[in-house]
Amino acid sequence: MLFPKRSTSFVDSGSDMTIKDKLLHLSVFYLFLILIVACTGFLVLYAAANGSWNPWASKQFIRFIFGIIMLIGISLIDIRFWMKYAYVLYIASLVLLIAVELFGHVGMGAQRWVSIAGIRCQPSEPMKIALILALAKYFHNAQLSDIQSMSFIVMPSAMVALPVLLVLKQPDLGTAVLMAGGAVVMFFLVGVQLWKFILVTACGLGFIPIAWQFLHDYQKDRVFTFLDPERDPLGKGYHILQSKITLGSGGVFGKGFLQGTQSRLNFLPEKQTDFIFTVLAEEFGLIGGIFLLIMYFGLIFYGYMIAFRSTNMFGRLLALGLSTNLFMYVFINIAMVMGILPVVGVPLPMISYGGTVMLTLMFSFGLVECVNVHSNVQIGRRISFDD
Amino acid sequence: MMLSRENDKTKMVSHRTMAVACMELCAGLVLFGRMYFLQVINADRYRTMAEENRISTRLLAPPRGLIFDRFGQSLAQNNQNFRVLIISELTDGKLNEVLETLNKILPLTEHEIQRVKKEVRRSRDFTPVPIRENLSWEEMASIQLNAPDLPGIVIDEGLSRYYPHPEETAHMLGSVGSVSEKEQATTTNPLYRLPGYKIGKDGIELQYNDELCGKEGARRLEVNAGGRVIREIERDEGTPGKNLTLTIDARLQNIAYNALKGQSGSVVLLDIYSGEILAMVSTPGFNTNAFNRGLTQAEWDELIKNEKNPLMNKALSGLYSPGSTFKIIVALAALEAGVIKPDTKVDCKGYVMNGNQRFHCWKHQGHGEVNLREAIMHSCDIYFYEIAQRVGIDRISAMAKKFGFGAITGIDLPGEKSGLMPTRGWKETIRGELWTKGDTFNTGIGQGYVLATPLQLAVMVAMVANDGIKITPKLLIDPNHKEVDRPQNLNISKANLQLVKEGMFDVVNNPKGTARSARVNVHGGLIAGKTGTTQVKRITMKEREEGLKSQDEIPWKDRNHALFVSFGPTTSPRYAISVVVEHGGGGSTAAAPIAREVMKAALEMDPVTKPPVFHEKGGQ
Repeated sequence: MLFPKRSTSFVDSGSDMTIKDKLLHLSVFYLFLILIVACTGFLVLYAAANGSWNPWASKQFIRFIFGIIMLIGISLIDIRFWMKYAYVLYIASLVLLIAVELFGHVGMGAQRWVSIAGIRCQPSEPMKIALILALAKYFHNAQLSDIQSMSFIVMPSAMVALPVLLVLKQPDLGTAVLMAGGAVVMFFLVGVQLWKFILVTACGLGFIPIAWQFLHDYQKDRVFTFLDPERDPLGKGYHILQSKITLGSGGVFGKGFLQGTQSRLNFLPEKQTDFIFTVLAEEFGLIGGIFLLIMYFGLIFYGYMIAFRSTNMFGRLLALGLSTNLFMYVFINIAMVMGILPVVGVPLPMISYGGTVMLTLMFSFGLVECVNVHSNVQIGRRISFDD
Repeated sequence: MMLSRENDKTKMVSHRTMAVACMELCAGLVLFGRMYFLQVINADRYRTMAEENRISTRLLAPPRGLIFDRFGQSLAQNNQNFRVLIISELTDGKLNEVLETLNKILPLTEHEIQRVKKEVRRSRDFTPVPIRENLSWEEMASIQLNAPDLPGIVIDEGLSRYYPHPEETAHMLGSVGSVSEKEQATTTNPLYRLPGYKIGKDGIELQYNDELCGKEGARRLEVNAGGRVIREIERDEGTPGKNLTLTIDARLQNIAYNALKGQSGSVVLLDIYSGEILAMVSTPGFNTNAFNRGLTQAEWDELIKNEKNPLMNKALSGLYSPGSTFKIIVALAALEAGVIKPDTKVDCKGYVMNGNQRFHCWKHQGHGEVNLREAIMHSCDIYFYEIAQRVGIDRISAMAKKFGFGAITGIDLPGEKSGLMPTRGWKETIRGELWTKGDTFNTGIGQGYVLATPLQLAVMVAMVANDGIKITPKLLIDPNHKEVDRPQNLNISKANLQLVKEGMFDVVNNPKGTARSARVNVHGGLIAGKTGTTQVKRITMKEREEGLKSQDEIPWKDRNHALFVSFGPTTSPRYAISVVVEHGGGGSTAAAPIAREVMKAALEMDPVTKPPVFHEKGGQ
């Protein structure tokens, strides 16, 4: 038994579940959806490599297997553990982010990596989860009246602002947008008044000219290119134009598996990462795109259902935050490759090739499953299961 | 109390979650809408763009049309040409070593090596970079033999223009060369933009360039984003250039060239009825095949600085005073005007006075009393001074123009000059001076202002020989050509033409004629002709008093031009010829023997009526 049975006024039966109980409480449907999306990913990566498991699909598969084990492991850990250590994880991630700022490696024009004991690590990834954990914990304790008071949201705002600014400085606009967006939605969910959002938005718009000065040239270019892709069709507009050609030429039914000329002949830049959706859309057409979109919305909304089944606010907010985060990934990536958002470097979850992102996503799916498994665990305002 | 507060929060979260979920659904619909817009509404447009990405069209140059003589002998052909290229990605990164090895087999200049390295650096790894063109078969074979030691070296076959008789046909055929920027700017032909494409630069190659070029072919290739060819989708070889059959007889062309070799001049031989040119040479010739491989600076300088002007086609660009050959025109003008009769006699005392200006006959002691026929035979200058005087410049000019003087003949070759036939009006306008009697004297013997090309002289004599039917010289046998139903007649009395022809007969066949040396007898076929010797440098009174020097004693540049025009056979004429030898000395000594040799061959072979029998090559 991981956690001994005890009876306190705050903690209910959840903590005395056996591992077997917990395994039985895993949502098989949720896992099934994850599996479908992941398999779609292997297929598309196989196609992106011109019908080869190498170099991407096989590696992605191994990572997925590793991730699925991690997912189940995480889901079995008592949810109160995650709540208890939410701030610790947040602080640790923040320290790593600062370390990147101070000692990080520069790759692709941005400082995103840091080596710890020889292991390369991208601390913005754990921060994505740690931030949601921390916010969920923070708001778990709060009354609605607290939340709606000005002083109460200063602290969580700072919790969001610090990592977002650090990530922006790297610079990694995509991750910053994901973090900030996810956090803003969480603020909204717990009941922060609408006028506050409007006020912040208005101030934000006022600061755009100032913020503009701090953007790197390549980021400015991306915005320009987004506003007018034909501006330089062979240069910076090339990516987005080729991306649209790839998508559009797929038509309703696609060119067929392994028949995508745009991807096969390398007209797509970074086709295995950020632009992977176009490979799918070229070969499987509108049908393929809609299928994947439905799978994603299935995952997102099923995550919301898990949130509502949770009897504890921490779990509910955690599942909501993580699922919303997933939505952010999906929307930004697809909107970006279709030319309705600037190219900010957000991968397509479970499909884009990349180990760190895969692990982050499996970790967050694990946490959602954890919420599902521990939906009946009552958590008081203070955590007391192991004190 | 606490619970109700908790409930407030829970409710709030629920409501807000619903709101968020709705927004997310809307966002999902936006994504769907955009997908629909791209993949359904604009699908065709993007499909086209994807195809444009994927497919690259490369032009294929069709083989250039071949050129044959009238009997199918090759005058211009396309020979296989080997070139050696290097593909850097196949050298295993040992570009320098490979070039080093190649250098041992095919010695390269330092300049070539540097150029290749530079081009390799600039192009993509898979792009073949040419090292050298026009390899000999032996060079090609030794590279092939060493292929295992030369990774990345490939041999490519192409076609290059080859002329079997380069010097003999240099001016008439012209040559091919790379497209200049100016030529590229003034054409819509896509082939002109193809690297290494060659077009006609002069002669027939230029005149019929469009026909010879043919229609471009194309390869449709699938390429990837890097420009690498993945596969060939479609290949259209295009239409090869049209083959041309010329009126030239290669045998006569070569005979004419060899007869004139060493001299600076030209020979034009044609069919007096059709205007078909049987031989047209200009000397010195030059090797047009060398033009293909590229001339060295020294070779080029030699061509440019040569005082015999090898690059000029003297047959139609060289301008000469026609000299005594023009007496044919003066005689016809006088006869047609009725100012002389066939038996009108003029007494030649060796000179005649015009005011206090003395005009000499070429024969000091004079010819005595001569009639027209004798005057032509002796080429008596005094006789023609007199009759030119009687008929007047206006009627001489008019007659000369009828026979093509002062205007281009319209031959299908570029660069033809029109020459000059002076009139009173011309002198007044251009020179601002009145026409004088002295000018008429000079024109009467083909000196002074009158200038003609050898081609014009040949056409002139042809129209005398064919009894005054206008002809246009031509070089191309056009199978689709329709014969002009009624040839234009110059309306010259046949009797008068006959008188002139008799005079020309005597020039060659009478023992007293000026060109006895040109006499031939081919199975009874004789030729008639007229000599001409024109001064390049004016003879001063002093020189005349000191006694004229022999032509051999004065510098080449100051010697007289030698001319001879001729037709034959005299009984039923078919061939006409003009020979001009620059600074040859005298028409009878320098030009007539050359005309004789070519006319003899023409009469023997009779190419217009008799197709030849080729023994050696199995024939055609």
